[in-house]
Amino acid sequence: MRKLDFSALLPYADALVEGLIFTVVLTLVSTLAGIAVGTVGAWARTSGPRWAGGLVAAYVEVIRNTPFIVQLFFIFFGLPAAGVKLSEASAAFLAMTINLGAYSTEIIRAGIDATPKGHWEAGLSLAMSRFEVFRHVVLAPAFKKVWPALSSQIIIVMLGSSVVSQISAEDLTYAANFIQSRNFRAFEVYFLVTALYLALSIAMRAALAALGAKLFPKV
Amino acid sequence: MTLTRTFAALTAALTLSLAALPARADALDDIKKAGVLKVAVPQDFAPFGSAGPDLKPVGYDIDMAGLLARELGVKVEVIPVTSANRIPYLETGKADLVISSLGKNPDREKVIDFSVAYAPFFSGVFGAKDVAVAKAEDLKGKTVGATRGAIEEQELTKLAPDATIKRYEDNNATIAAFISGQVDLIATGNVVAAAIAEKSPARAPVSKFVIKNSPCYVGLRKNEPALLAKVNEIIGKAKASGELGKLSEKWLKAPLPADF
Repeated sequence: MRKLDFSALLPYADALVEGLIFTVVLTLVSTLAGIAVGTVGAWARTSGPRWAGGLVAAYVEVIRNTPFIVQLFFIFFGLPAAGVKLSEASAAFLAMTINLGAYSTEIIRAGIDATPKGHWEAGLSLAMSRFEVFRHVVLAPAFKKVWPALSSQIIIVMLGSSVVSQISAEDLTYAANFIQSRNFRAFEVYFLVTALYLALSIAMRAALAALGAKLFPKV
Repeated sequence: MTLTRTFAALTAALTLSLAALPARADALDDIKKAGVLKVAVPQDFAPFGSAGPDLKPVGYDIDMAGLLARELGVKVEVIPVTSANRIPYLETGKADLVISSLGKNPDREKVIDFSVAYAPFFSGVFGAKDVAVAKAEDLKGKTVGATRGAIEEQELTKLAPDATIKRYEDNNATIAAFISGQVDLIATGNVVAAAIAEKSPARAPVSKFVIKNSPCYVGLRKNEPALLAKVNEIIGKAKASGELGKLSEKWLKAPLPADF
């Protein structure tokens, strides 16, 4: 076996750091946007107008039943034929938002469905509109119930973001592939990048747990 | 390592077989006497040589073989070979010439002789006709798609530090990025560019500058000066008459490079 030499990665430290930052920023932005989409989607499916519910159901089915990389390629390589040309960063952000939006729609909807009917009735009897009940009474407990599931989905999306390297978005995996193509040190570079993804996942899980505890304190 | 060793073994074997051959007459005379020019051509490397719809070989190299035979006044017999066995075919006399997208390098020159170049083969930067790029410095502010790890990607990274190079995992993604307009230019081989021009005429790539040039030569057995001179003369004539340019247009969808 060839001798391991992690110092061969040193000249590429900049590329790795930039890739790591890209991955983190991409994940944060698309998580925020994706959960916003999911919240609206869950509202439409549970208490919105019928046509909106149907539309969202179709969106959720299409996205949850097709591979992420195909969605990404469609946006990046396919849409230009329809006159919509996005940079690789925008395409990556859009694909991840759409993807997380579909999954979080279903997760948040589960939380809403688990809300006892009495909560709705109590709110409505206080002369609140259905939207006000949703917004002030139902949403927060629903989020609290599904927060662990949502956190897992966010981590999955972060790990799935490695696929955006395929459209030349310069994320952490792109940096790894680039370095590997230059110094052929596959073990060293992928070992390091695996450790970085693992650290990122653990850190994000801890941050999400802390955020959950703060946003939805035990009553 | 194994490659050099194989090559060394091959060279040794060839030297032995050559030594064993009886002194022979001039190859040019032999061909004329036989009335047939036997040419080893590629069978698996479009557009230079591949099986056509009727399973007969077609391509630049096959047309080139036909051209040489015509000028020599003999019939042509093409022998489809692979890139691994094309030199043995020549050395054992099963073929008179190798026209098989053969590149020249010092190791090969020890074993066989080469004619002048008959076909352009290079990697370079290609783009739509209206993109004004003539050298690496012009790439500043432009995006160039390339396949990660490929020779043209590595060379371009050094040549054009100001260019935005978008690296893709494989050739297909690089081509898709160029055709969809996600990159302004593409760094690839002239053969790939020809394939793009054929399948996507709207984005037909035109050569902007050459990154690495390794044209194709006709391979001959060593020490056949008469045949070599004749082959060179025919290629020179075909170049001057524009026939070679037509072959290039037909198979590579581009005129011969200016410095060819």
